[in-house]
Amino acid sequence: MPGEPAIEATGLTKSYGSVPVLNGISLHVPPGSVFSLLGPNGAGKTTTVRILTTLTSPDAGSARVAGHDVERDRGLVRRSISLTGQDTALDEVQTGAENLLMMGRLCRLSRRAATRRAAELLEQFDLREAGARRISTYSGGMRRRLDLAASLIVRPAVIFLDEPTTGLDPRSRAAMWTVITDLARSGVTIFLTTQYLEEADKLADRIALVDGGRIVAEGTATQLKQQVSGHRLDLTLTDRAAFDALAAGLRDRALLPDRERLSLSVATDGTAGHVRALLDTLDPARTAVTRFAVHSATLDDVFLALTGHATATPDKERAGV
Amino acid sequence: MSDTLTAPRPAAPLGDLGVMVRRATTLTIRNGDALITSLALPIMLMLLFVYLFGGAIQTGTAYVTYVVPGVIMLCASFGASLTAVVVTHDMTNGIMDRFRSMDVRGAAVLGGHVVASTARNLVSTLLVLGVAFLIGFRPSASFVDWLAAAGLLLVAIVALSWASAAVGLLAKTPEAAGGFTFFVMFLPYPSSAFVPVDTMPAWIHGFADNQPFTPLIEALRGFLLGTPVGDSAWVALAWCTGILAISVAATGRLFKRRTA
Repeated sequence: MPGEPAIEATGLTKSYGSVPVLNGISLHVPPGSVFSLLGPNGAGKTTTVRILTTLTSPDAGSARVAGHDVERDRGLVRRSISLTGQDTALDEVQTGAENLLMMGRLCRLSRRAATRRAAELLEQFDLREAGARRISTYSGGMRRRLDLAASLIVRPAVIFLDEPTTGLDPRSRAAMWTVITDLARSGVTIFLTTQYLEEADKLADRIALVDGGRIVAEGTATQLKQQVSGHRLDLTLTDRAAFDALAAGLRDRALLPDRERLSLSVATDGTAGHVRALLDTLDPARTAVTRFAVHSATLDDVFLALTGHATATPDKERAGV
Repeated sequence: MSDTLTAPRPAAPLGDLGVMVRRATTLTIRNGDALITSLALPIMLMLLFVYLFGGAIQTGTAYVTYVVPGVIMLCASFGASLTAVVVTHDMTNGIMDRFRSMDVRGAAVLGGHVVASTARNLVSTLLVLGVAFLIGFRPSASFVDWLAAAGLLLVAIVALSWASAAVGLLAKTPEAAGGFTFFVMFLPYPSSAFVPVDTMPAWIHGFADNQPFTPLIEALRGFLLGTPVGDSAWVALAWCTGILAISVAATGRLFKRRTA
């Protein structure tokens, strides 16, 4: 169906008991694009994925995936998507090839076709040698690759990847990124959640920043970075009194305030004139600021500016929130 | 990728069940510890009762002959209860979400485990019977009696396996599900499995006479040893059908609740 969005969601809300998890999420993802939901643990990323993949029902709102309503046409949605969740959804005591064969059979391939497809995928994901070994012997990176391979037995219209690189070492992460980039190039729509700004920046065409069950900003990485000033001025203050006075004066404009380290940041366009003017305004007596540094804005700054806290919080979302 | 792979998949619940039976069987065979436990434990218990306790127990027949039906039931219930652990495992490690996102019915996944559990239990029952014969078990059953005993046992195993699957959906962790196997293992003791109920204290008769294991064991004993079956076979069958019906209904509801 040309022209129809791959994913369209309107006002999704969801609470678990009395805890609201989603507070009205709306999304529009054009076909063939890579869309990333970026946010900290507990922001509602996994819940959004679970609703879009028909695994859970929203309390309110509606969503269509690949042209099908996620509530009314669950079967049709399920036949159009694939899901790779945060947990490795494979049988530990089966080999890589056996896991893929099983998934192939569940995709209604004949035994022969499923075996052939398993071999192809093992080759494609650089797991040919490992195919005969049980998953319990795999490294974290190999598990993720096989897990992704298992979701690609039949070519889906939309691929959901829920935090595909969380917990991976940098090398395995880079390998996953290559795999995802290749998939994107093949023209499939990819819906990716991540808590890593770098990952969203690198892989996604469009990014939605999500926090507290709400989308706080949406756009390309460049557009988002433009929402904050291009640069950030980091200041270190002389003492508590100077810190408190400046923080009180700046109010919302103070980014990353850290009372222990006596440091905070403000937005700037990065030009010498603006930095000089800022320093003069903030510290007219020239006694409060001991050091300063200028940084280019990152998605981190966007996030901070919009939500008031950083993305990576040591919290747990694994419970499915 | 070949373009045939983009073809939409029609729903095929029976085909899925076949794949799931195969999966559950593979998992059973490869989970070595659990398999060995479920095969060895009943045999060890039987040897324990026959050789260590048997001399002191008067049942009116050779004790091995008295105790074998009880051991078979204990073996079946313990084996079936292991289903709870594998089901909880599936529910907690993400694979159930993948299956559901592939439009595989939860009933197919659970059914796979129940069928594999039934097969595993039939094998362990045969092993118990084999060892029982070696140590002097001499049943007096006709072919029809054997068939009746096997049929009743089969129904009992399927019912207990579904009940275990329901417990597996209820448990939050595989360890908690493991606790259930413990409970099920003790349930046959206050029944006529190892000693006649009338040798127990009076206050426990009410429970021992009316819990499902007593009619099951009495019926098996009746079929295998020629003791009077009475209505115990029908009572046992009623119990099993009831447990099965409740369990199937419960798994349906629990599965929905768990995946809401």
